Amino acid sequence: MQRRTLLATASALIMALAAPALAQDEPLKVGFIYVGPVGDGGWTYQHDLGRQAIEAEYGDRVETTFIESVPEGADAERALTQLALAGNDIIFATSFGFMDPVMNVAAKFPDVKFEHATGYKRSDNVATYDARFYEGRAVIGTIAGRMTESDIIGYIGSFPIPEVIQGINSSFIHARKVNPDVQMRVVWAYSWFDPAKEAEAASALLAEGVDVILQHTDSTAPLAQAQQAGAIGFGQASDMAAFKPSPRVASIIDEWSPYYIKRVGAMLDGTWESGASWAGIGDGEVVIGEITDAVPAEVKAEAEALRDAIGAGEYHPFTGPLNKADGSVWLAEGETASDDDLQSMNFYVEGITAQIPQ
Amino acid sequence: MMIDPLSVFLLLISASTPILFAALGELVAERAGVLNLGVEGMMITGALAGFAAAYATGNPFLGFLVAALAGAVISMLFAGLTQLFLANQVASGLALTLFGLGLAAMFGKPFEGVKAPPMPTGPLRINWIVWLGLIMVPLIWAFLNRSRAGLILRGVGENHEAAHALGYNVRLTRTAAIAFGGAMAGVGGAYISIATVLQWTEGMTAGAGWIALAIVVFSKWTAPGVLAGAWLFGGVTVLQLRLQAAGVAVPVQLLSMAPYLATILVLVIISARQKYSRRAGGGSPGSLGTNFHALR
Repeated sequence: MQRRTLLATASALIMALAAPALAQDEPLKVGFIYVGPVGDGGWTYQHDLGRQAIEAEYGDRVETTFIESVPEGADAERALTQLALAGNDIIFATSFGFMDPVMNVAAKFPDVKFEHATGYKRSDNVATYDARFYEGRAVIGTIAGRMTESDIIGYIGSFPIPEVIQGINSSFIHARKVNPDVQMRVVWAYSWFDPAKEAEAASALLAEGVDVILQHTDSTAPLAQAQQAGAIGFGQASDMAAFKPSPRVASIIDEWSPYYIKRVGAMLDGTWESGASWAGIGDGEVVIGEITDAVPAEVKAEAEALRDAIGAGEYHPFTGPLNKADGSVWLAEGETASDDDLQSMNFYVEGITAQIPQ
Repeated sequence: MMIDPLSVFLLLISASTPILFAALGELVAERAGVLNLGVEGMMITGALAGFAAAYATGNPFLGFLVAALAGAVISMLFAGLTQLFLANQVASGLALTLFGLGLAAMFGKPFEGVKAPPMPTGPLRINWIVWLGLIMVPLIWAFLNRSRAGLILRGVGENHEAAHALGYNVRLTRTAAIAFGGAMAGVGGAYISIATVLQWTEGMTAGAGWIALAIVVFSKWTAPGVLAGAWLFGGVTVLQLRLQAAGVAVPVQLLSMAPYLATILVLVIISARQKYSRRAGGGSPGSLGTNFHALR
């Protein structure tokens, strides 16, 4: 009872404060909820750079706020409601697990616009956005296939969801394209961020003879392990430049700024509409970080050529002929995967011997 | 598919080092009768302070020294609350964890994105801190069971009224035990930042402190038990990752559950055997978690 009274009073107060603010010609208010701390050096850090880019672009015309380390689930609904009550005009929710809370809160605040990252549920005031990380995986897979001497590359998976499976398949396809003998070992950490676990996963892969590690988790622990063992790896989500020139020989950087600037711009012009965005290398949302001199010049040139071909739309990383791991045909010669196929991907391509946890 | 047991063993002793240090420190504190749930907060403080010192001086060992100091210093907050002001130990410990996480996040900003100096390896390609952790096990066992100071410490933990009546300074003993626990947790945390990840990131201890607390219970409050617990937990984790990496066709969910299942199983076996043991309360120190106030 006490809490209910408190909430009611608090929301009444906020409403009272927010109402005159809306009446005047105040700056556009933009809210963010993050799943991790802004200092995680990876996923959330990159989203926060996007938020700062909005402020740099529009200056006094916008006002941004964020709530960090919001757990996925019921607590997210509280955080979203708080941002909506505080008078935010558009709210970005930056993790997959915020999907249902966003839908619930959006239904209660029809005048507030919501944007949900990596999700698939939309409505009139809820848009979704995502990045084609698998395009970047194709580029680093090429480097991995060329650089491995043991012909065994390793992949540290976070959770067996389509986004991660796209990454595993894309890097394997392109590693094998340049090195037909290459094998892939996959270890699931069941976490997006757990340095100790990631380090152990990397050591396990290294002990199996892996000499190139790809990671879908956010800490630099696998790179540190790779360095001690003389292996190489890649930056994930952010550049991880401290490990240049080796073991970090390249990286996949999530660059959300262009999208955020575009969407906030649409709010300012009054042209915002719900929709689904899935941008990649060509739109500058997926960026390949500097390929260092630890990679031979011809491999670097090959990887950059692939990057440019994907960016220009001349090449799709999932182009047939491709078979599924069970030997059945997935894509015929020259056929490319549809977005629907990719967004529900739950199988490995032929050549990967591991099983996907079901 | 054969997995070389020696390589698994070498991996597991490195992997279990952070929780081994933290659990040994907490063991000493709990044997003195203090339940400090702030292990996670002291670990993260050590992780940051140690990383900062190692980065600034280029010497990882100096980093561990500073981490131990920082852990001990922040544990004095808990000591002040519980020993001086007689605050509730559970609440104070939780507060210490939250405070440590927040403090480290705030002071850690300038150290994001830079890299620690490389850690020199000792015998068997295992670094010196891992060896130090292993040496600490018999040392702490000997201190608790074969030294006069250890006897006093255990006395304070078993029955603080009696220890006080015998003229021992309960609060001072406990404060020293808390400081030691803080120093050990600090080193454990610094192992993650200096030797495992080589970088500072917020929240990087990721719950290791809570596992350390569980291992102390698991050990029945003995140093060899702590080692066994840390190795069991670390060992099953390493083994399941190795099995995955080797491509063994065992459901991954089962493998991921294995460390926790093994821990629960051992706890069940221990408590089943407890019925026939002489000591009550699962072997926990008699005055664990209760504050001492001298009335006489």
